[in-house]
Amino acid sequence: MSQAKGAIVGIGELKPQRLTSGVTTLEMIAEVARLAVFDAGLEPAAIDGLLVGPQVGETPQHVPATIAEYLGLAPTMANVVDLGGASGAGMVWRAAAAIEAGMCETVLCVLANNREEAPSRSPNRNPIREFDVPFGASGANISYALLMQAHMAEHGSTARDFALIAAAARANAQLNPDAIFYGKPADVEAVLASPIIASPLHLYEIVMPVAGGEAVVVTSAERARSLRKPTVHLLGAGEKVTHRAVSQAPSLTSGPLKSAMARAFAQSGTRADEMDLLSLYDCYTIMVATTIEDAGLCAPGQFGAWLRDHDLTHNGDKPLNTHGGQLGFGQPDLAGGMTHVVEAVRQLRGEADERQIGKAELALVTGNGATMSEATALVLGAA
Amino acid sequence: MSVDLNALKTPGPTITALTQPFWDAAAQGQLKIQHCEDCGRPVFYPRPICPHCWSKRLVWKEASGKGRLKSFSQIRKPGHPSWLPAAPYVVGLVALAEGPTMLSFILPGARPPHVGDALLLAPTAIGGRVLPAFKPVETATEEK
Ligand SMILES: [Zn+2]
Repeated sequence: MSQAKGAIVGIGELKPQRLTSGVTTLEMIAEVARLAVFDAGLEPAAIDGLLVGPQVGETPQHVPATIAEYLGLAPTMANVVDLGGASGAGMVWRAAAAIEAGMCETVLCVLANNREEAPSRSPNRNPIREFDVPFGASGANISYALLMQAHMAEHGSTARDFALIAAAARANAQLNPDAIFYGKPADVEAVLASPIIASPLHLYEIVMPVAGGEAVVVTSAERARSLRKPTVHLLGAGEKVTHRAVSQAPSLTSGPLKSAMARAFAQSGTRADEMDLLSLYDCYTIMVATTIEDAGLCAPGQFGAWLRDHDLTHNGDKPLNTHGGQLGFGQPDLAGGMTHVVEAVRQLRGEADERQIGKAELALVTGNGATMSEATALVLGAA
Repeated sequence: MSVDLNALKTPGPTITALTQPFWDAAAQGQLKIQHCEDCGRPVFYPRPICPHCWSKRLVWKEASGKGRLKSFSQIRKPGHPSWLPAAPYVVGLVALAEGPTMLSFILPGARPPHVGDALLLAPTAIGGRVLPAFKPVETATEEK
């Protein structure tokens, strides 16, 4: 029985104020984080875990990534803890658990709030709202268009290369009656003929927002043995959060999934080319392209050639997003990322019916958030 | 692009006391960014601490206004309806000569934009305020 579950080595506190004036919560988080980390005698780079509270209004989504970017951190574990007055204590236990689980070594747990007399004229006060939106850059389409254009410029990849990804997703969706594009295939020509939304991005290279929901249940390996369904094991995992705004991305052509996948492969003792299923997050075609390259399935810039060399259907040599991916299935908001987990479990259990892949022992699942900013990779294995 | 950018009802910046010097400079047609007096590195966007070493000794310096286009997109369907009259228009990622990258509005040049284009600061009135936009260097020299 292990006793110690982690230790608290640094503290920070801001002097309370009845009212703040023209200060954001992010600014206050930076001040108090600095106090705690320097109190511990640590360098900022020592922080590889980040637990933050929700910031209703100011930073509506992607809170850990926004704070990580603001602080110049690139954690391998990042989370919101949303437990009201129990959040602080809840963070400490979760930090210890994350450390014990090998997700990270040193966790910054930080909470702060401003208190302005007059409500701000825009509830959203994160840096993107201040430094991107006024220049005409609102929404994810522009960010991924910028990533795609950068890939084309650096590697000479073509619109046709990217269209292969959308066409493959639509093709796989034809075997998933639940997919939003079931009965609506689109070949490469149709993808290229769809309107440009933000160059070089075509409409069919962008997920369709839908309503939906996804859930999974996780338990111990021991308990799993007594349950009725074939067990799917988590063999390895990795995570990395590097930025929030596309302008702050360390690279436009390689993302944090590279390090997350490397960690997941190392932890599971597997290689990318051993995977029986690639269940890759596909909000946009560029995301799949970069993930194929970051996984090491091909050299940087060579995803187009790789796609032409492989068959991505359930019968093919490299089944990829057999449920149609989100490009074919639709994106039920945050649940969209979970579709890749659910499909992988279905395949590894042998429950995928007419789209069941042949050998189904190992699956790579990737998740991606914000602007190729937040990355989690899982290697799942059949029992 | 024939639309009067300054007449657009586009959302402006959400300025705080901390970021005010950036926008004050922008209104004067200048680009100012923070520099860390401890590690010597430039910082963009503005913060209360240096994101590299967490020092609080940050000072504002005027940037050269020179940059290079890291990527761009011609927006045909803007994410915010106030930009519809301006579409299509170009936004880009500008690698400032000082080091940091900022997103900005890219004014049309003599030819379509290309990644790698040399850019110059081109203060432009958009939505009722002067913003630090950029333009291709060719256009800049033609106008001189
Ligand atoms: Zn510094």
